[in-house]
Parts: sequence; structure tokens; C-alpha cells
Amino acid sequence: MTNHWVDLRNTDCALILGANAAENHPMSFKWLLRARETRGAKIISVDPRFTRTSAVSDLYAPLRPGTDIAFVGGMINYALENRLYHEEYVREYTNASYIISSAYSYEDGLFSGYDAAKRAYDKNQWAYEMDAAGIPRRDKTLSNPRCVFQLLKKHFARYDAETVSSITGCPKDKFLAVASAFGTTGAVDKAGTILYAMGTTQHTVGTQNVRAFAVLQLLLGNIGRPGGGIQAMRGESNVQGSTDAALLFHLLPGYLKVPASDMPDLATYLDKTTPKTADPDSVNYWKNTPKFTVSLLKAWFGEAATAENEFGYQWLPKVHAGRNHSHIAIFEAMYEGQIKGLILMGQNPAVGGPNANKERKALARLDWMVAVDIFETDTSVFWKGPGVDPKTIQTEVFLLPAAASTEKEGSVSNSARWMQWRYVAAPPPGEAKPDLDIIDMLYKKVKGLYAGSTDPKDQGLLSLTWDYGSHPDPHRVAKEMNGYDLVTGKLLVNFTKLMDDGATSCGNWVYSGCYTGDGNMSARRDASDPSGLGITPKWAWAWPVNRRTVYNRCSADPKGQPWDPERAPFRWDAATGAWVSFDVPDFVATVPPEKSAASPFIMRVEGVGCLFSRELNEGPFPEHYEPWETPVANGMSSQNINPAVKFWGEADNAKGDKAQYPLIGTTYRVTEHWQAGSMTRNCPWLAEAMPEMFVELSPQLAQQKGISSGETVKVVGARGEVLAKACVTSRFAPFNVEGQTCHVIGLPWHFGYNGYVTGGPDKKRSYAANQLTAHIGDANTTIPEYKVFLCDLRKVT
Amino acid sequence: MAKAILVDTTKCTACRACQVACKQWNQLPATVTGFGGTYENPPDFRGSYTRVLFSESVKDGEVRWNFAKTQCMHCTDAACAMVCPTGAIRKSEFGTTVIDAAKCIGCNYCIANCTFGVIYFDRALNRARKCDMCYDRMSNGKTPACAKACLTGCLQFGERSEILAKAQAAVAAAKNRGLAGAQVYGQTEVGGLGWIYVLKDAPAAYRLPAAPEPPVTARFWQALFQPARIVAGLAILFGLWSNRKHSADLAPAPEGTATGAGRAISAGK
Repeated sequence: MTNHWVDLRNTDCALILGANAAENHPMSFKWLLRARETRGAKIISVDPRFTRTSAVSDLYAPLRPGTDIAFVGGMINYALENRLYHEEYVREYTNASYIISSAYSYEDGLFSGYDAAKRAYDKNQWAYEMDAAGIPRRDKTLSNPRCVFQLLKKHFARYDAETVSSITGCPKDKFLAVASAFGTTGAVDKAGTILYAMGTTQHTVGTQNVRAFAVLQLLLGNIGRPGGGIQAMRGESNVQGSTDAALLFHLLPGYLKVPASDMPDLATYLDKTTPKTADPDSVNYWKNTPKFTVSLLKAWFGEAATAENEFGYQWLPKVHAGRNHSHIAIFEAMYEGQIKGLILMGQNPAVGGPNANKERKALARLDWMVAVDIFETDTSVFWKGPGVDPKTIQTEVFLLPAAASTEKEGSVSNSARWMQWRYVAAPPPGEAKPDLDIIDMLYKKVKGLYAGSTDPKDQGLLSLTWDYGSHPDPHRVAKEMNGYDLVTGKLLVNFTKLMDDGATSCGNWVYSGCYTGDGNMSARRDASDPSGLGITPKWAWAWPVNRRTVYNRCSADPKGQPWDPERAPFRWDAATGAWVSFDVPDFVATVPPEKSAASPFIMRVEGVGCLFSRELNEGPFPEHYEPWETPVANGMSSQNINPAVKFWGEADNAKGDKAQYPLIGTTYRVTEHWQAGSMTRNCPWLAEAMPEMFVELSPQLAQQKGISSGETVKVVGARGEVLAKACVTSRFAPFNVEGQTCHVIGLPWHFGYNGYVTGGPDKKRSYAANQLTAHIGDANTTIPEYKVFLCDLRKVT
Repeated sequence: MAKAILVDTTKCTACRACQVACKQWNQLPATVTGFGGTYENPPDFRGSYTRVLFSESVKDGEVRWNFAKTQCMHCTDAACAMVCPTGAIRKSEFGTTVIDAAKCIGCNYCIANCTFGVIYFDRALNRARKCDMCYDRMSNGKTPACAKACLTGCLQFGERSEILAKAQAAVAAAKNRGLAGAQVYGQTEVGGLGWIYVLKDAPAAYRLPAAPEPPVTARFWQALFQPARIVAGLAILFGLWSNRKHSADLAPAPEGTATGAGRAISAGK
């Protein structure tokens, strides 16, 4: 989240797209309803079906799964055409005025620089024009035909309301109602927020879906402001924390890049990963990457990390440059027999993984598997799952009992980047242990196996600092993340004190400041709110440096006066020559406001927000492409699928055809269950409320198929099938797409084959919706395209 | 002082935290259910004090999905109390209707006469059971479990007069937002309910009875027999007969069927 949960109460309009916040992030509605009650805020729900969120929203619009860019692109066009954008904000705080090199072009679904053989772009063709000093050229009148603003207008002019309606299947009047309602937040004193979750990201164009939000919010001047921003609502209580701590394969803690084979030494690594600019106005905070990196190495390797040995850089494993090791890639490699062992901590891919049938086959090709969980999961019993003869499985499986969240001490970081300390409410049962204890035991055991080795490659493992105590203490872990001044031995105040010469240690630079000499900041529980805006700076602790809303320089105009005097986290007081601040500034507060206004996005190398970006693999502007499996041709260009998407192994990953599978399927969650269900399906009270696998379909489709509500039906696709109870509901309506009728059906993905309830009466059957999804992912993150696939519905006789 | 709980359906997201919190606080075991074509579950009150009703309709081409938590309404003119032969059902100091388990003989009169059909017979304990608005919590100065669990402000517990004022303000706000059919429900129904509803639409759109009344037979019973408390023999006889009638009450409902224990708040879509 750019902002935070409580801040939702400050909004004038909330667009919920790609999320079902009322069902899956219920607490958001406490604050959204507060905004409606106290400010008259409008709540908009855009979703393939009418959800519990839609039921409490003021405006609902349907869209066909996988057409978000067309929808938001249409909103961008509407805001531009009707001059609803926040002009001064766009001119001063974004790269709208930057001139783009003449090498850039766009034609029929392809940007310049495309290499069809590699399915990749040469991004150098999407460059800023530089002056002799190496500073981007700008035209603040925004009239130069090569400036970003004009290129943006041209690109999105194609997304007129008729085209949007034809692609998305959203009736034109509904689309216009949404575009107009949200467009009003472009007014200088208004703020609108966008809430999204996996409905946005789980597509072959997932990252560009989010980019489209960023473009719209920058145009409307909504980023960095109370009641504004883009809110990524995380699906679990600590997804944010685990991402910050390098859950993802391409990152080290604190979003540092993972070392790769083309970075043979620390100097090369730092050179390649530290952004540089000649622009004296740009803060370019990532220029401090060497300080973050060296301090991380000092935290990991302690006194063994010296300038002479590159602070232990050589001990870090390196990935092959350009190779992908995300979820799909890992399971593809496992399927090919390249991975021998797997440790799963709180993961249930036999239900939650895409193309679950293929992933279960992959598990059977492991030599060993360790599942760490609070219950037996569908994955931990895959060897005796439906259709599996245990005698044929060679995989040795271990189940380690884990402590539940209420049985262990430590912190979780919520979507709002708040690190909140938690305590033991009850001891774990039996031999169950906290994850930290399990990892601690594992490391100590492994270290013992390497004891005495003089092999250089083992020295990293043997040199790891591991001073968490004989029984590991989560406070010591938090302190290591915060970092120390290694000269004085004192905890650091925050990351501004980090050094690149080995004088400081810091296990995760974005968390520096969480546990200082003043104590554990994340344990604070003072809800006082001097701002009146719900900022509560002494409640827990937010990264970075307790900043509650990021990019917050944008809450005020270049002179430092708030765009809306009623919602003013910052105000420049000319009399005292200082800022009146209620949040931690995300800008240099010691210089005059006109100076900080030149670099309001300090993490960007340009210093401004990017309407045009070179970062993503499929182009500088979002462009609509159809999902991998789709019943229609792309209405925007002759490129049907995202040109930069990688295709995975074809074995057990057949692609469905609309002739055989004419329906669009999508998956989602329900309030009563959580993720792959191993926790909630084992809770009888929740199982009572939502006991069985079901499939939602429109009355029109039900009539066509002769299906009535409550009867058991079979959903079939190219990769698998699943039984479900029919839920015939007007909350799903057929879509009119490019002149033809498209039916969409939806399934919850919580069910499987193990636990108190599995999803149906047949204990020898799996009820996992992911038996229908595919190994195909986003072109940047490889997040699987869970949200769209082709299928058909059959009656069960 | 009379207490009440606001059910502001303009703020209900049907998360059912109330339904689960009720089961947890009252330690009511989960029943075995199936998916009967709707999110609404369990399908009736057998084994449950409260259920969130999901009512779907299409009006002027627009889908409506209304949610309403239902339970014992704590009617002022409580039919259950009128017909209870042993005086086990009484009005508490909070204005709520409570059943004294020690006095309940399991005759089922209350179940048969409940205006809203929200009382069930617990065969194992041989007694009638229903929501008592968490009498134990209220007696200890605590908010009832459902209202405590509510995230959005849909359920709010307080003095009945204050809750009524909140309901009227919420209806005015809803009308301002264009919900012309918004109305208060529970202010005068059955002499006034312990739950004050803010509805977006007519009660029927939530499957709530439009003009609930205690059965005439209940009033008749109260007028004629109850004051004299000439009950024991008659009640036992009636109870035995009635037990036979409700003998299936604790068995799980057949899959896909909707056989609500009550008449007024029916199961279904």
C-alpha cells in the first residue's frame, strides 16, 4: 500500500478493481464505510460478478476477466479527453514533460525494439532524450509531440468508450459512470484511492494492470495524498513482511537485487544494481545501494566480512543471469527431475498451485519433501491423494508440526507496511514449534555437518552470524534486521546512518528503525492522532522510517501548500521556514519546498512519477492483450497474447481451445475460507458456513445447459476437471464481447482432498479449482494466470 | 434499561463473523451442512442461535443482494414467554427474552409459537434454545459476542433509545444516498424488537415478515391459562406430543433442502 488501512477513511472515491475487499479484506470496509458516512465518499466495485463487495458499493460495473487494461485504459482516456487530470501535479510531479527518443514507437500491439525470436524487447529504444549534461530534456508546456504526455494521449486515445465496452463486455453506460465518478477525483482538492489484489495481478499482464493504476492515479494527482494512492491488499497477514524479507527469488532483503552469474564480484554487483543520474535535482535514494548491501553482508557474516574479501559477497549463491526461479519455474524443474528436495513452510501447492494436477506429479518426482504446517495439508499427503498409489511414490515425506500464529512471538507486517509485534497467547501443542525454532534447529544441524571444512565454498555457511541464543529469540532477529553501529555496538536509529565500509550492519535496510535504543517500535500501542487524519504515528511502526504514506511530498503543491487544506499531513510555514509535519517526510525537509518539489519520488532515478516507464518487459505504456486462453481475438491489435510472456513446458499443460471449452473460468476466495484451506477447512464452524465446492453461473447459462441450483456439475478444461455444486445466480451475467455472447463462470479455489471438509462428499476425489488453471504467468513476475482459463460445464448424470 | 442491537444492513458485508462468534462464545457445535445453491448456511436454526440471510433479487435490471443477521428478536410481546407453561421464559432486566434452562421442560410450545421461527429444540439437553443476546456477557458489562465481532459498524450494541436514534439517522443518510426504500424495522413490530434494523428496502427483500404478530393462539393461551399457571399436566402432555413432532430437529438437514425450523424467517436463496 502507498497509504494505509485507516487512511481509507479520508477518500472521496474508492475504486475496487481486481479485488473483493468486503469478502477477503473485511477490515477495509470499516474505513471505507467511515469515508462514506463522514465524507459522502463513493465506493465503486468493478468485477466479473456481483460480489459481497458490490452489494455494499454505490456503483457496480462488470468486466470480462483479463480485460483490466482495456477498462483502466478507457478511464485514462476519459480523464485526458475531458481534462479531468490534475494539471499542475502532472506537470511538476510526473515525467509527462520528458521528451522520448525518436527510436520509440508503437504499432499494432508492438512497441519498438521487439525481438520475436526471443519474445523480448530492447528497452534502450524507450529512452529519454538527454541534453549534453546527461539530464533528461523536458517541455513543461506538455505540447511537444514527443513528450510523454502527448505520447500517452496518443496511445490511450484508442481506448474510447465503445472499444472498451466491446472488449470488456461492460455496458457503455456502466463504464462511463465509473470513469466519470472516479474522474472527479482529478479535482485539485479531491482524492481517490484504488484497492486491488490478486484479481489484478494473476494475469499474463498482471504487472501492467498495476501500471495502468499508477498512470491513472498520477494523472488524477492522487498519489502521496490522504485518501489517495494505490492499495495492494495482501492476501495473508504477513505477505508484506515476507516479501520485504526476500520471499521472492530475484530479491535479497530490502528489495536489493539477487546476485547473478554476470555479477562476478561485489564491485560489478554494486555497479549494476545502483541507479545513477546526472540530474542534480533528483534525490535518487537508491544511490545508497552500496550502504544497504555492505551492511546486509555485515549482518550475515559479521567479523568474517571484510573489505578484503568483498564482505563475503563470494559466499552468496548466484542465479544464472536472466533465469527465472519463480513458483512455476520451480515446479517445471521439479517435473523435469532437476529438483530433488523441497521444504514447504505454510504452503499447499497441491491445492494452491496453478495446474495442480501437474504440480502433484512434480511432487512425486522429488527424493524428499518436508512440509511444515499446523495441520496435515493436501500437499503433505499427496502421496496418498486421489488417484495416487502410495506404492508407486518414491518421495520420502516429513511433516513437521508448526506453531500457529497465536502460539509464537514475533512480528507480522500488514499491507500498510506496519510491523506489529505479537505475543504468545497459548503454548503450541505437542511437539509443534515456531518457524524460527525450526529454522534454527535446521541451520545448526546443517552447520554441524560442515564443521571443520576448509573448502572455500563452505566458509559462508560456517561464517554466518547466528547469535539468536540457544533457544532463538525473535527480539534478537528484529534487532539484527534493524542494524547496529559496529563501532559503538549500539542499535542504529535508522538507515540514514548506514555505511558502505563495514562500520554498520543491517539485516534489512527498510526495517532499520524498527528496534532502536528506545526499544521495540513495533510493540508500541499508542493510538494518539495529532493529525486528525488517522495517522497514529506511535501505533506500531511502519517501514520505511515510520512513514505512513509514501511519496507524501505530493500531498502539497510545489510551494508546500496542501492541495486540500482539510487533509494536510504537511504544510510549509514560510514564517518559520519549516514544514508543519504530521507524517515522516518522504522528501528532503531541510530544503525549501520548491527544491523538494523537483524530486517528489525519491526512489525513482528521475525523481518524478513515471507515466512512461522503461522498467517493464512488455512496454512503456500498458496495452491490452488477451489472456493465454481466450474465446475472442484481441480487439486492440493483432497481437493476441502479451508479446513478452514466456511459455513453459507443454507436457501436462495443454492449451484449451474455445471450440471444446467455450466458457471463461475464473477463481476467487470467499470470506469463510483462507487460501488453500488447510486452516479453515479444518475449522468446523467455518466449514459449516461454507462447506462445499461450488461453481457460480448465470441463469442464462444454466438454462442453456439445463442446470439447476444445488445440483452437482462437472467443470472440465484442457488440463483437468473438478466437480462442484451449481450456484445459479443473477450475480453473474453473460458478457457481450465484440458482438458475441461470452459466459463466465467462477469457482472458489479453497477446496482439495484433505481435512475436515474437502469440498465434496467423495473422499477419493479432489475438489481443487486449480486442476483447471495453467502454467502460464505474467511477463515480469511470472505470477500465474489463475484468473482466466477456458472450460466447459457438464451435467453429472 | 432496555438494551438493543442495531443491524445497519447498509454496512453489512455478510462476512458472518457474527455467526461464527456466536457459535464460539456459546460453544454450539458446528452442524454438518452442504451447499444448497446459496451462500446461506446453515440452512435453518437447528443448532444455531443466529444466521445471516442472503436474499438475492433483480429490480429494474439491477442485482440486489441483501444481507440480514437474524436471531431471536427479543420481541416486547414475546409469544414464547406468553405460552411458556413453566415460566422458564422471561424478560430480563435488559429487556431481552431469556430461557431459564433449569425450568425448561422441553415442551416446545415456544418453538411452535415463535413469531420469527428462531427457537430450536436441543434434543440432547431436552430444552429449547435461542439467542439470549449474550445475557452472561451483558451481565458482566460486556458487548454481546456478535456485536463485538462486527468489523464494519453494522452491529452496534447500546441503550435501545440511542440505538433507535442511530437507526433513524442511518435511514436518513441512506435516503440521501438515493436509497428511497430505506426504513427502520423493529421499532414497533411485535411491541418493539430488541434488534433495530436499518433496511435498504422493504422487509420482504430481506425475507423478514412485513407485519409480524404473535400467533392469536399464543395470546389466547396467555389470557386464559397462563395467569393461573394450571400447567403441569397439560404441558407435559402437550410436550410429549410436540416432541414427537419435532423429533427430527437435531438431525442434519438433508442436502440441498431448506427446511427452516420457523415459518417467518425461511431458508432459501
